[in-house]
Amino acid sequence: MDEVLIEVEGVTKSFVVRRRAGRLRRTREVVNAVAGLDFTVRRGEMVGYIGPNGAGKSTTVKMLTGILLPSTGRLRVAGADPVRDRVRLAQRMGVVFGQRTTLWWDLPLRDSYELARRIYRIPEATYAGNLDRCVELLELGPLLDVPVRQLSLGQRMRGDIAAALLHEPEVLYLDEPTIGLDVVSKRRVREFLARINAEQGTTVLLTTHDLTDIEQLCSRVMVIDHGRVVYDGGLDGLHRQGRSERTLVVELERELPPIELPGTRLVRCEGTRQWLAFPASASAAPLVAELAGRYELRDLSVREPEIEDVIARMYGEAEQVDAAVAQVG
Amino acid sequence: MAEARFGARTRPARWDVVHAVRCYGHIVRMWIRAALAYPASFWMTMAGNLAASGMDFVVIVVMFLHTRALGGWSLPQVAFLYGTSGLTLGLADVFVGSMDQLGVRVREGSVDTVLVRPVPALAQLAGDRFALRRIGRVLQSGAVLTWSLLRLDLSWTPLKVLVFASLVLCGTVIFGSVFVGGSACHFFMADAAEVQNSFTYGGATMLQYPPTVYARDIVRGTVFGVPLAFVNWLPALYLLGRDDPLGLPSWFRFASPVAALLCATGAGLLWRTGVRSYRSTGS
Amino acid sequence: MYAAVCVRSFRRYSTYRAATWARVFTNTVFGFILTYTYIALWHVRPHLGGYDLSAAITYVWIGQGLLSLLAVGDLGALADLQTRIANGDVAVDLFRPVDQQRWWLAVDAGRAGYQLLTNALVPMLVGGLAFHLRLPQGPALEAAASWAATAVALVLALVVSYALRYLVALTGFWLLDLRGIQLVYYLTSCFFGGFFLPVTVFPPVLETVARALPFIAVFQVPADVFLQHYDAVGTLGALGVQLGWAVVLLGLGRLVQSRAVLKVVVQGG
Repeated sequence: MDEVLIEVEGVTKSFVVRRRAGRLRRTREVVNAVAGLDFTVRRGEMVGYIGPNGAGKSTTVKMLTGILLPSTGRLRVAGADPVRDRVRLAQRMGVVFGQRTTLWWDLPLRDSYELARRIYRIPEATYAGNLDRCVELLELGPLLDVPVRQLSLGQRMRGDIAAALLHEPEVLYLDEPTIGLDVVSKRRVREFLARINAEQGTTVLLTTHDLTDIEQLCSRVMVIDHGRVVYDGGLDGLHRQGRSERTLVVELERELPPIELPGTRLVRCEGTRQWLAFPASASAAPLVAELAGRYELRDLSVREPEIEDVIARMYGEAEQVDAAVAQVG
Repeated sequence: MAEARFGARTRPARWDVVHAVRCYGHIVRMWIRAALAYPASFWMTMAGNLAASGMDFVVIVVMFLHTRALGGWSLPQVAFLYGTSGLTLGLADVFVGSMDQLGVRVREGSVDTVLVRPVPALAQLAGDRFALRRIGRVLQSGAVLTWSLLRLDLSWTPLKVLVFASLVLCGTVIFGSVFVGGSACHFFMADAAEVQNSFTYGGATMLQYPPTVYARDIVRGTVFGVPLAFVNWLPALYLLGRDDPLGLPSWFRFASPVAALLCATGAGLLWRTGVRSYRSTGS
Repeated sequence: MYAAVCVRSFRRYSTYRAATWARVFTNTVFGFILTYTYIALWHVRPHLGGYDLSAAITYVWIGQGLLSLLAVGDLGALADLQTRIANGDVAVDLFRPVDQQRWWLAVDAGRAGYQLLTNALVPMLVGGLAFHLRLPQGPALEAAASWAATAVALVLALVVSYALRYLVALTGFWLLDLRGIQLVYYLTSCFFGGFFLPVTVFPPVLETVARALPFIAVFQVPADVFLQHYDAVGTLGALGVQLGWAVVLLGLGRLVQSRAVLKVVVQGG
């Protein structure tokens, strides 16, 4: 099962953007959407692919699915070139674009599935089995005869995910699958994806803005910024690299001036409550002991870091570095 | 194992073409079924299309109230041109007319969803939103054509039958190529639909009237430029036994299949270039 | 305020460059095709319908020039209104303190203004270069009067076409699919408006029908004013007919609009 499924080596993608400047003049500008990507994904992995807007996430997915041709570099999915072998590779992959549907807009959901059966040449029995399963797990039953355009965003997304899985793809690309969904739909989608990955060994690559997706689904995270992978590893490592901090929430017996404790910094002070941040990698035990010795405490709790802040800090850093480079150069 | 299956690059096999055609058929059937789910609306738009294409013929009839010949051609002869022009355009429109929505799809970015399916994009896009109501033009033009054939009393020979059949087939292919080629332009520039209309609907309107009506350079342009003359003008010269206003060698009247083949090839190349360009710019 | 709306609409349409030029190209192509068929017909019947050959050719090019300006093939700026009706956004508009009919007229006027400079002028210029077109003739004063009358006729034609299209768009409150009614509008206004052939060429019955319909005020009348088909009194009369139709149709539009508002209020769209 340790087979490499996706290989990306030194891949870049640049676009020429023409902007209208004034009435007649046009400026030409080369934008590097992806500037030197390197990573591999093994069969059966579930990888989160995150980054700020315009970082190159969608461009990467488009290149992996064969929609876009990389400017330079080598890209292989199951050993095949996605652009050259697009049609045949398409047979083995499923794609869900959060922002636009792959379903047939004016037709009932059922028709979209029926077409998928023909297009992907899915054997009747396989089709029936997979459809039943998707309908059950994603609760699509009442929606099958509704035209796609009448579905809500969450319903449509569930329909889209089902459509991408009917032909049992080996790899599933999801571009922002939970964007704009309500909490219930999000949960249902996540549960379903986790299950597909666990039971069928489907390799999943998902881009997202919602870090809860990653917390709940992915053991591996890749962070992309300015077209480069700036982090690749587990969630815990992300916290370390993002220099994330845990927080001690101290509830005192009475109101006191701000606490000064070596190894921590005070973030907030509100009546009898005080918030002290300390590096996520450090142990909380000695700090707690010290506090208990020095103050009368009513309550004490440790809050885990917010992953959003971690990422934000990481991006902030990347931007600062870029700014510095720009100044030097 | 995956390497073994995908390692070698092969040209699309013939069964891929069969699969593409089959998928086109499935998509088309799906849309027809969807359209027939609202029969009243379907028949109304169909009647509307019929009336719309019939309007041109009313104009011709009104013209013939004031004259017995236009450019030296009688009403049944002009009706023959009208019928063949409308029939071939109508058939091409039925089969691949939906492609003119490609511009919208490129703007919305929904072409992406087509490119991730294991069927050539052309087959999917040509079938998408297939509108059976477009058959209105085919029926109306067919009716006019039938009337003209009855009035013309052509002394049919096997060769004439062959030329007539090739006219319908090649004309459809030529107009279809213009549709596909024009749609491919959407990959390069926005709002190309209108320009394409000039060649399809404009061209079809032009072919409704005898070539003798137009300036010679324009007729020459339809022979050597955009080869619309091969749709019906040149075969009609043979079928109706008329002189060629350009004085071209007589084999031109039978050259429609060559022109159709060239058009189809050109459109195919343009389409491939278009898809390729979409793939490198993504816009 | 309406002037500002009009200017903004003009600017907005001026950003649709590619679409505009493509349309200009189409109009020009059709201009050539029609011209040659007219030449063939007028060659046989030199004074058909009261036009000489050069007037007939001019008639063709005016028609191609005005086709987009008068938004015969689409709904012009009212396509947006139609979209807003279809997706329900119109409910918001109806309760704003602006008069819908006036608001959209301003928007459409901005559109027409832009298309006058592009879609109307360019095909006319091309036609003028390729063929001999007939401009208002006679002593300076008379020619100037014809130009002025044409300008007025054009504005009235736009208003009449707007009023008609407003009615078409409003049917969206009751009908789901507007393609049918739009097609009917296109065909009737093209045919009875005289875009294909002048109504004077029609058989008498059809001509009578055409003269009784409002479409004639959209195209045939302004074209005839430009071609000096009428004497001074006749011109005033023709403008009067246009004005009459404008008033009647705008009034009808208001009536239908109030019914539509009622429907929105009762059913919430």
